[in-house]
Amino acid sequence: MEDGVVVPIRSDRDIIIARHEGRRIAAEIGFSGSDLTLIATAISELARNILKFAAIGEIVVTAVQNTPRRGISIAAKDEGPGIADIPLAMKDGYSTSFGLGLGLPGTKRIMDEFNIKSGVGQGTIVIVKKWLPLQ
Amino acid sequence: MEVPILKQGDFLIATLQAALSDEDLTNLRDALVDRVGKARSRGVIVDVTALDVMDSFAARTLRALAHMVKLRGAETVIVGIQPEVAFSMVQLGLTLEEVKTALDLEEGLSLLGLTTKGAGSGGRGRRSHTI
Repeated sequence: MEDGVVVPIRSDRDIIIARHEGRRIAAEIGFSGSDLTLIATAISELARNILKFAAIGEIVVTAVQNTPRRGISIAAKDEGPGIADIPLAMKDGYSTSFGLGLGLPGTKRIMDEFNIKSGVGQGTIVIVKKWLPLQ
Repeated sequence: MEVPILKQGDFLIATLQAALSDEDLTNLRDALVDRVGKARSRGVIVDVTALDVMDSFAARTLRALAHMVKLRGAETVIVGIQPEVAFSMVQLGLTLEEVKTALDLEEGLSLLGLTTKGAGSGGRGRRSHTI
């Protein structure tokens, strides 16, 4: 795995920067059209979760290769309170804040891979990936 | 970045830019709800053509905007949702239920003209000015 681009998330303006960086790197990897929008949307939701639940954190965007497939990995990390019940947080319609409860399950739907690691007091890491279709 | 609001006849038109922050969007919501009264507008058009991403926050804020404007006695039409954005919204599970949408500004104006019984029809492009 190559070194990723790190975007610190501290305010709502950083969401725009993270989205922009993600779109730029995804385009470099070879993604186009609606995939670029899906990737930017996933970054937006993940960055928003960081702000909402942990106040600060970071988004790391990395080009990844799983020969012969090329893709993009987006990691959202924070050292916030963590998630006590991950299956509940992954349920459509569940939200602890004034949201739609679509953040995590929605993000999982629009990406190819979704991994979450979290525990109370241990922060949260969400890593999502999308792969380019094979030529 | 403040979103400019144009007055055209009985309607207000706001055109969003791509890099719109959450604060810009909530400010626009509040400004439109306020100006509907000041300008005695019958309808509001929010043009999202330039928006590259509609995430859960943006969709929720636009729904709230439309609902608040409705409570103030005017109609809202969201225009210009791009194909990729529509695709992504459906995948994510976002809806703008009960909010009127139209393909573009022209269709939006025509829809508002019908909905508000022609109150603001005519004068297209002639009486545009910032309020």
